[in-house]
Amino acid sequence: MQQSRDNTAIDVHDFGFCIGAAEILRNVSFRVAGGQYVAIVGPNGAGKTTLLKCIDRIHTGGVGRIEIFGRPVQSYRQRELARRISYVPQADGHVSPFTVEQFVMMGRYPHLSPFSTIGREDRRVLRQVLERTATAEFADRLLGTLSGGERQTVFIAAALAQGAEVLLLDEPTTFLDYRHQAAIRRLLAEVNRSGMTIVTVTHDLNHAVLESDRIVALHQGSVMFDGPAAELMKPDVLRRIYDTPFTLVEHPQSPIPVIVPPAATEDRP
Amino acid sequence: MKRGLVLLLMLGFAAAVLASAPLLGIERIGIGAFWRADVPQEQIDILWKLRIPRVAVAFLAGAGLAVSGMAFQAMFRNPLATPFTLGVASGASLGVAVCIHQGWTFAYLAWVGLSGTSVCALAGALMTIVLVYGLTRARSGFSSATMLLAGVAVSFSFSSLILFLQYVSDPSRSYRMLRWVMGGLENVVDFGDVLAVLPFVVAGCLIVLYLTHELNLLTSGEELAISRGVEVDRVKKALFFAASMTVGGVVAVCGPIGFVGLMAPHICRLMIGPDHRWLTPATLLFGGAFLVLCDTLARTCMAPTELPVGILTALLGGPFFLWLLLSRRGDFSAV
Repeated sequence: MQQSRDNTAIDVHDFGFCIGAAEILRNVSFRVAGGQYVAIVGPNGAGKTTLLKCIDRIHTGGVGRIEIFGRPVQSYRQRELARRISYVPQADGHVSPFTVEQFVMMGRYPHLSPFSTIGREDRRVLRQVLERTATAEFADRLLGTLSGGERQTVFIAAALAQGAEVLLLDEPTTFLDYRHQAAIRRLLAEVNRSGMTIVTVTHDLNHAVLESDRIVALHQGSVMFDGPAAELMKPDVLRRIYDTPFTLVEHPQSPIPVIVPPAATEDRP
Repeated sequence: MKRGLVLLLMLGFAAAVLASAPLLGIERIGIGAFWRADVPQEQIDILWKLRIPRVAVAFLAGAGLAVSGMAFQAMFRNPLATPFTLGVASGASLGVAVCIHQGWTFAYLAWVGLSGTSVCALAGALMTIVLVYGLTRARSGFSSATMLLAGVAVSFSFSSLILFLQYVSDPSRSYRMLRWVMGGLENVVDFGDVLAVLPFVVAGCLIVLYLTHELNLLTSGEELAISRGVEVDRVKKALFFAASMTVGGVVAVCGPIGFVGLMAPHICRLMIGPDHRWLTPATLLFGGAFLVLCDTLARTCMAPTELPVGILTALLGGPFFLWLLLSRRGDFSAV
């Protein structure tokens, strides 16, 4: 695979984006190196999802520059871009009518040429991805019959079947129970260890700081923090980003503190 | 049942219907008429000059409407989408209503097998395509929701204009308009009509067949399709023009025949599944054969009177569709 000289997978430079009259992103700049695990955090409406969609060219336009492996994102053909970046969207409630196997196989689309059919290599990748994500056991089931956690794993499996080097995820563990959250996080960590670059939008700061190499925090469309997790987990930094106070405690197994909910008080309504 | 077997059964069903339909009618013709030399000339004329062209047009129309309906249902992720959702049929009907009201004949076009109503229907359909496309482009991007709403709004406006023209026309012209809107194949009398429909249906169906992987991905959501590498805007434009041109070509010759385009894709989806690589050929075969079957019944069940075929498509297809719906676990919210 062709890499840019300095191993930068994603380079967002002075990027701004409007939807209608609303300015969603402004002067956003950050870089993601190949193989990094980066979490994008921030309050609701900060522009996190829009940023991911601009990187994957689901949203087009905007001012400034987004480069993927050293090339402007606009210069890619969509299929070519899909071979470099895969994307797992937020669960939107729409249920695809396909079986797990059919859905994951659709991840091979960027590798099919017009009129070509699914080949031996595609089937090999399918089998490998189904086993890696532990989805092979329900490969014949319809997506609509799966639990939220199983469905999210299948979406990640389909993105992995794309064979891209970068995986973008939009709140992959929201709405999931603890067991499925843990399973998804284990899977993402394993995928990252295998060399894949991961950029995930999340509201779960505790897990974001424990699992990612770096955190980018957005606030009202701008980057307010970009650095290692340990520096984010300070009450004054968090307060600036979220406009609300935080209580932090030491983690028994990690040098980075974690957030705990405030204790219930007697004057609670 | 394996999808290959279902498709083979569909092929067999279509072949059987296509082979037997031209032999049925007031004048019964033996199957030997296809190859024997001692068949009366009158029967040969009925077979080759009347029935085969009509059966061919019915098959092409049914196939074109069904495949267009399937493409729209996938594109809009809406199980209620039909080939007429974007107002193409209303545009064609308005063209015909104007033609009948004004008494236009376009006699100089008869040599290419086109009547005045066909020309006006095609013009009306094409103008609607341009209008709906233009309205959609007027807003940023190529939003399916905007296109759907623009189509529905144009359709309602044209329907009102048709009613107005019916109201101000004399009774005989008003009846002709009403009869045309019911749709039918009784005006198909030679191979000129086949040639008028053929290029639209063949080109439209080939484009849809070429885009079956993309249709599968669109069914799972536009954003997901983009992230998998589909040029969604270009694909949607190609599908919009392919389906609309097919419907325009069919409606110009047969009028707006309802039901086939809505239900044939659903019936096939229940039998062969949602994968468009299999669903598209199945829908093409089933839609075509189903309309041939309905038209054969329409011209024989009350002979010598002919029923408008649109009445039979709904009458036969409705109960069959309900039976499928109740006997299987069809999820019609997921196209």
